[in-house]
Amino acid sequence: MRPSPARLLNILVPVKRAVDYAVKIRVNPQQTGVDLNVKHSMNPFDEIAVEEAVRIRERLPKGSEPINITALTIGPPKSIETLRTALAMGADTAIHVEIPESAPAPEPLGVAKAIRAIIEKHKDKEGVDMVILGKQSIDDDLGQTGQMIAGLLGWGQATYASKIDLNLEQKNAVVTREIDGGLEQVRVKFPMIITTDLRLNEPRYASLPNIMKAKKKPVTKLTPADLGVSFEPQMEILKVTEPPKRVGGAKVESVDELVEKLKAAGFNAV
Amino acid sequence: MLPRRSFVVFRSFLSRNYASAPPPHALIFLEHRQGDVDSGSLSALTAASLLGGKVTGLVVGSPEYVPAVVDKVKKLKGLTSLLHSTSDLYAQQLPETLSPLLEKLLSDSEYTHVISTPSSLAKSLLPRVAAKLDVPSVSEITSLEHDSSSNSTTFTRPIYAGNAISTVRLSSSVPIKFFTVRATNFDPAPSEESQEIEVKAVDPVDVPECPVEHISTQLSKSDRPDLSVAGRVVSGGRPLKNAETFASTLNPLADVLGAAVGASRAAVDAGYADNSLQVGQTGKVVAPELYMAIGISGAIQHLAGMKDSKMIVAVNKDPDAPIFQVADVGLVADLYEAVPQIIEKLKQ
Repeated sequence: MRPSPARLLNILVPVKRAVDYAVKIRVNPQQTGVDLNVKHSMNPFDEIAVEEAVRIRERLPKGSEPINITALTIGPPKSIETLRTALAMGADTAIHVEIPESAPAPEPLGVAKAIRAIIEKHKDKEGVDMVILGKQSIDDDLGQTGQMIAGLLGWGQATYASKIDLNLEQKNAVVTREIDGGLEQVRVKFPMIITTDLRLNEPRYASLPNIMKAKKKPVTKLTPADLGVSFEPQMEILKVTEPPKRVGGAKVESVDELVEKLKAAGFNAV
Repeated sequence: MLPRRSFVVFRSFLSRNYASAPPPHALIFLEHRQGDVDSGSLSALTAASLLGGKVTGLVVGSPEYVPAVVDKVKKLKGLTSLLHSTSDLYAQQLPETLSPLLEKLLSDSEYTHVISTPSSLAKSLLPRVAAKLDVPSVSEITSLEHDSSSNSTTFTRPIYAGNAISTVRLSSSVPIKFFTVRATNFDPAPSEESQEIEVKAVDPVDVPECPVEHISTQLSKSDRPDLSVAGRVVSGGRPLKNAETFASTLNPLADVLGAAVGASRAAVDAGYADNSLQVGQTGKVVAPELYMAIGISGAIQHLAGMKDSKMIVAVNKDPDAPIFQVADVGLVADLYEAVPQIIEKLKQ
């Protein structure tokens, strides 16, 4: 049992710097990866997570104790930009676990271990009540980090959240999740892990005054050694290749032609 | 103290010097709902068989459904044995209640691989278990090859919304290899009536202080074919105005073709269709014989969910819509004129 918190709620938001979702992906000629000399942004699902943390604060009744939102990233020096975006959107503080530019991207298990280490460092001070992050990153599309953090810590998890209703008095949240056949509601006790799905919210654009304010917000720098973790990859990437090219582009001039082609391919009325 | 990089090499060296690598023994988590076996699980079973070793199925659920599911599942080709665990605790399938059972089965066991379909349940469950066992997990594999001499498994999987394919290997230094199997790449395992395999009950593992409680579920009901496995799909986008228009325009076309209905993210966001119909990078990935994209522009994230369809037909008012680049048959037209005409001509 930790001592009564100085703050009402401590929210940790891990964010990832990834190739921007609109960039046309090109595999490099050596087939070792994709061309990374392109625009990068915060993983869209992590943006949704930052936005939700800020909205949780905005939804608190007036006069509530303050909450603390800490953004966290594991990445090379350039990842600081992603943290500044989170701070500009409304996060209060940030943690940058810096790895070399040349290092391979950390895997979900490594990231989960680092986050566990950070949460354990906070345990004696104020503790972390909620970790909210994207359900997947749009580069590796692995979609595991949140669940792994929950497994390592033994916390409850609510993945693919499309709505979050906190009940601070009862110390839990009712989360609506998008599942294969529709929707599901679960009640999760604090402390918890939530992963965000597309429809949870629409992230704000940081205003210029907020971008300026963000420059003054504190960023703590840590190394993997400070946390006692290693990001040594366990998944050996042997090669990265282009998918089979789809030859498209054939147009027809009329509905008649379209239906002819359907029938010729064997697609008739049932 | 050896630097960590050398330590990993040292461990692999030890593993490679085993007299003989243990043969693969996969544990496959087989899903079911209301007595029916999930079709994605059948494809995952086909993938499991490709490892070339034993395959043990695991069915977990409530007393109401498990016996009937076990009767169906024990005939599935590829399974060499079957475990089942029954409890009211498992009536609602939560990662927090299922994980302790899996951890118990896997700890100090001879299992080398853990497999499932990438359903919303399995995607939530498997990484939680993998982390507790301190191993990685490989999501959405599209092919696999197991090399028994080196005890390593090599997979391919899509990255960057399927715009690149990654070939990734887990070596012998990973003692239990977790992975989920993309169903569109593996035929579902058939049943073999004459198959006789060992079927064993496993005690449930109680979870005294579960931090999560299921409250309610809303499943979208439909008489249509299931989008994930339908041979024909009619999918609609943002121009379909509202939920009524979406249904009244597309349903007759889906009816005449015996097709499932899908939707773009824009259509789901706008409330025209249920989220369970979303096709795309973060929705359902489908590869039907026929995919008709009606009023869908063809954003990268949507293509990720349907570009492996055998035949793609697109109807869109915008001649420059990216969907035309992947369509086998493209018609630049107003969908409100074209779709009723297509329906009529199909009926002729």
